[in-house]
Amino acid sequence: MALQSLDIKQRSATTTPSTQVRQTVEVAKLIDVSACIGCKACQVACSEWNDIRDEVGHCHGVYDNPVDLTAKSWTVMRFTEVEQSNKLEWLIRKDGCMHCSDPGCLKACPAPGAIIQYSNGIVDFHQENCIGCGYCVTGCPFNVPRISKEDSKAYKCSLCSDRVAVNQAPACAKACPTGAIQFGSKEDMTDYAAKRVTDLKERGYDKAGLYDPQGVGGTHVMYVLHHADQPELYAGLPANPSISPLVSLWKGFAKPLATLALAGVALGSLFHYVTKGPNEVSKEIEDEIEREDSEKEGAQ
Amino acid sequence: MTNHWVDIKNADLIFVMGGNPAEAHPCGFKWAIEAKKTRKAKLVVVDPRFNRTASVADFYAPVRSGSDIAFLGGVINYLLSNDKIHHDYVKAYTNASFLIDDGYGFDDGIFSGYNDQKRSYDKATWKYQMDGDFARVDDTLQHPRSVFQMLKAHYARYTPEMVSKVCGTPKDAFLKVCEYIAETAAPDKTMTNLYALGWTEHSVGSQNIRCMAIIQLLLGNMGMAGGGINALRGHANVQGITDFALYAQNLPGYLAVPTDADADFKGFVEKKTPKALRPGQMNFGQNFPKWFVSLQKAWWGDAATKDNDFAYHYLPKLGGASDVLSIFDQMYQGKINGFFCQGFNPLASVANKKKVSDGLSKLKYMVVMDPLSTDTSEFWKPHGEYNDVDPAAIQTEVFRLPTSLFAETSGSFTNSGRVIQWRWKAAEAPGDAKDDTEIMATLFLKLKEMYAKDGGAFAEPIQKLTWAYRIPTKPSPEELMMEFNGKALADVLDPKDPTKVLVKAGDQLGSFAQLRDDGSTTCGNWIYCGVWSAAGNNSARRDNSDPSGLGQTLNWGFAWPVNRRILYNRASADVSGKPWDPKRTVLKWTGKVWGGNDIPDMRPDAAPEELVMPFIMTPEGVGRLFSRDMMAEGPFPEHYEPFETPLAANPMHPNNPKALSNPAARVYKGDMEAFGTAKDFPYVATTYRLTEHFHYWTKQSKINAIMQPEQFVEIGEELAKEKGLKAGDRVKVRSNRGFIKAVAVVTKRIKALDVDGQKVHTVGIPIHYGFKGATKPGFITNTLTPFVGDANTQTPEYKAFLVNIEKA
Repeated sequence: MALQSLDIKQRSATTTPSTQVRQTVEVAKLIDVSACIGCKACQVACSEWNDIRDEVGHCHGVYDNPVDLTAKSWTVMRFTEVEQSNKLEWLIRKDGCMHCSDPGCLKACPAPGAIIQYSNGIVDFHQENCIGCGYCVTGCPFNVPRISKEDSKAYKCSLCSDRVAVNQAPACAKACPTGAIQFGSKEDMTDYAAKRVTDLKERGYDKAGLYDPQGVGGTHVMYVLHHADQPELYAGLPANPSISPLVSLWKGFAKPLATLALAGVALGSLFHYVTKGPNEVSKEIEDEIEREDSEKEGAQ
Repeated sequence: MTNHWVDIKNADLIFVMGGNPAEAHPCGFKWAIEAKKTRKAKLVVVDPRFNRTASVADFYAPVRSGSDIAFLGGVINYLLSNDKIHHDYVKAYTNASFLIDDGYGFDDGIFSGYNDQKRSYDKATWKYQMDGDFARVDDTLQHPRSVFQMLKAHYARYTPEMVSKVCGTPKDAFLKVCEYIAETAAPDKTMTNLYALGWTEHSVGSQNIRCMAIIQLLLGNMGMAGGGINALRGHANVQGITDFALYAQNLPGYLAVPTDADADFKGFVEKKTPKALRPGQMNFGQNFPKWFVSLQKAWWGDAATKDNDFAYHYLPKLGGASDVLSIFDQMYQGKINGFFCQGFNPLASVANKKKVSDGLSKLKYMVVMDPLSTDTSEFWKPHGEYNDVDPAAIQTEVFRLPTSLFAETSGSFTNSGRVIQWRWKAAEAPGDAKDDTEIMATLFLKLKEMYAKDGGAFAEPIQKLTWAYRIPTKPSPEELMMEFNGKALADVLDPKDPTKVLVKAGDQLGSFAQLRDDGSTTCGNWIYCGVWSAAGNNSARRDNSDPSGLGQTLNWGFAWPVNRRILYNRASADVSGKPWDPKRTVLKWTGKVWGGNDIPDMRPDAAPEELVMPFIMTPEGVGRLFSRDMMAEGPFPEHYEPFETPLAANPMHPNNPKALSNPAARVYKGDMEAFGTAKDFPYVATTYRLTEHFHYWTKQSKINAIMQPEQFVEIGEELAKEKGLKAGDRVKVRSNRGFIKAVAVVTKRIKALDVDGQKVHTVGIPIHYGFKGATKPGFITNTLTPFVGDANTQTPEYKAFLVNIEKA
């Protein structure tokens, strides 16, 4: 969201150098899955702070509701029942934007300033610059951004950049009753996670660990997992997330032709603005989305 | 709670059974997580479902709903037969050494004195052997009639094999739970027990809790930081309403209510004032006359005098049962004309919706006082199959009086830990909504005026009721709280030194120790005395400093009684006054007085050698393993099947049909016939709450509706396969009283259990839904539940009944 007062590190489709004067601390949200009871207070806090209300849906035969992220649900709990070596577990993972250090969405985004990465690590969408092309959806290795049917713009968790800018923790962390969502500097969160991992190992979870995937340069939302060796157990959390090669290809092509590309994008967004017609997404990217989706369904 | 929310963090073992705090008490549950993180505490869950609490537990064991006593009886047997008890504690602080009357007996599931026609007991033999005024004891605990030996004998039948047979809990899982529990028999280890409606809402609910009382006494966990028996209350102020006579058999502060049999003041007070059963004990109940007279003075002021027995004749006498089931049964029989329904949605929340609806239909009028438009207020209105009624056939006139919501009034909440906390109005009520107090006050003043104008039978109690509020139609929360606390009408003198004035006439009292039975003090609720002392409103205190590190925060709010945070805390120290666990000192003897980190639950200067025992509210001075005549169905808990059981017989008493279900539970005419049998309804059903909703309120709130929009039932994968059901299918669930339709959640978290050689499936049914609200229209879950309650509290058996299920 706009009106930020945070230093910008990267801006989509922009070559202007970022600010260098201030030193800022990298922040992180740590989600301790082993302390999460799936109460959805974070979902409610997110809706309330951000003034978004999803539809009243249906029960689909699971506890998950809303059943998926939407333009109006920026975080959802995903409940997975796992039975391994005669032990039943109900793994509950809070899903939402991971705020990657190397954000695929930002890399893929052709609209100048629609996606921002602040120097504290938060990746934010500025919808006033969004052209609704959906490239961010493809660029995201976690399948997080959602395009609104109402205004054809992309939405996702902002890590409450507006709250963080004034030294407040994100709304979800504030509301979490069990302390399963912690917020602070990435360093502190990593230290705290180490203590939690030690505790879990003492309780017999030999493979407990921190999820901070390096394929995307690390993330600013991290998980403490009982089974860090099997992140897929947690509703398909990817084991080795990385940015789609298509995005890299696009960037590789765009780099030497930045000016040309920018002009094209500007033209494209103007065209979109005037017509408000269906969003134009290249055939390859559409295919890529379809392929990813079908893989996900297969995994479920 | 005998302890309090924050104290959960001091536990070594958090044992959850009969509750699901992660689901129903997520904010308080933080202290369980805290204990895990900071003390390396273990969390063990026993429940018919692998629930949200189980999702963060170290160990989970399944149990058939309605078989808790068999499980806990097995734990008692395990502790006794493996010698995993806190010996010094048991010997000194429980009635283990007391000898039981020779006439007391137990035969194939039935205790001595049973009358099967009346479905009740003559409890004359459920008592101690006496030597004059005092109970006879045997300190060796070896006497065959000692409570200890009788307890051992009673629970010897509850072997691990029997537990597994009755509960369906695999034997190794049961033994693993026992091992966790047994570890806390060490003097410096504690277990806290968290329970809620999963124990109370059974026809044997009170005895479920009695089992845990026995276990915690055997382990020496009562009075300890991180110990206790902790009832988790649901509504933010349900503890407060319970303290103020929620139950018709109580006056405020749990004082006994007189019945028709209690014709005169003297006889009533004598009957209700206990005599010490052992020498030198505090027998705190002996102060009953002070509490009762001060209450009468609060209510009738100058009109309550020594000469008129403090207006005892003004106080209504209870004619018979007036619990919720009995009220609705009387309504159903057409014996009630008018019904004031205040902050209550009985159509949704009382068992057997059809019977409740039929009862409401026989009223002349009903007044609903509620902030929301409730299902009850539209019981007469057709809402398709969700509420299939014919309004033409219903003559009940319904008045709806909108009230303010909790956040739109000031006042106090009393939490589960008995901490009374003042709160301030956050918003103005919308529209014409008024505070409940204003509506009740206006109604009262109107009645008083009508009596004055038109006369009427026995107008005095109404004409003379104390009503000294600044604005008579609007008693303020501050005025009410001061009235509950009470004040001195004459100077209150020190009994040890009558020249010393403890409280001047007109001043607020500081503690119930200052109450008098001569009419010189008032007190609207003796256990709240001290909440608004001369120092002001103590419930508004917000100093969270915690010098002990135990979370006692004695200057935050005010806990009843006398700001004590852990009940029976004298038992946290050994007989000589030394804490069992010095790292968690609650109380210790300092040489002159009791000191430590809490208000002593003991006379402050009672030296250890005086042998004043810690359970000051009992005439014995000790905790009861054998509950004498206090319970309806027996002095030791015994397993009985739910009234709707999947079994043909009680596996503990296969040849005694009288011992199938609670022999002392009350069953009304017609309700026995409305019970279903396993032949037609083969599955055990249990109802419960979801974290996304609060009772039947939040279905009216959009954001809660988004989080859990539609009614569902949970079934195991095996049953789903048998029935050809998959997740998301619409199903019809029937009991002998009606049906509901809902979406099926098919889960690994509910397993079929092997019970007495037969396979038992459980169907889990959340409440919360109804025909009014922002959620998808739903059925009222209590359409299904049976109209029978616990033999002591009459709390309905919402947790164990029979259903069938089919694809809708």
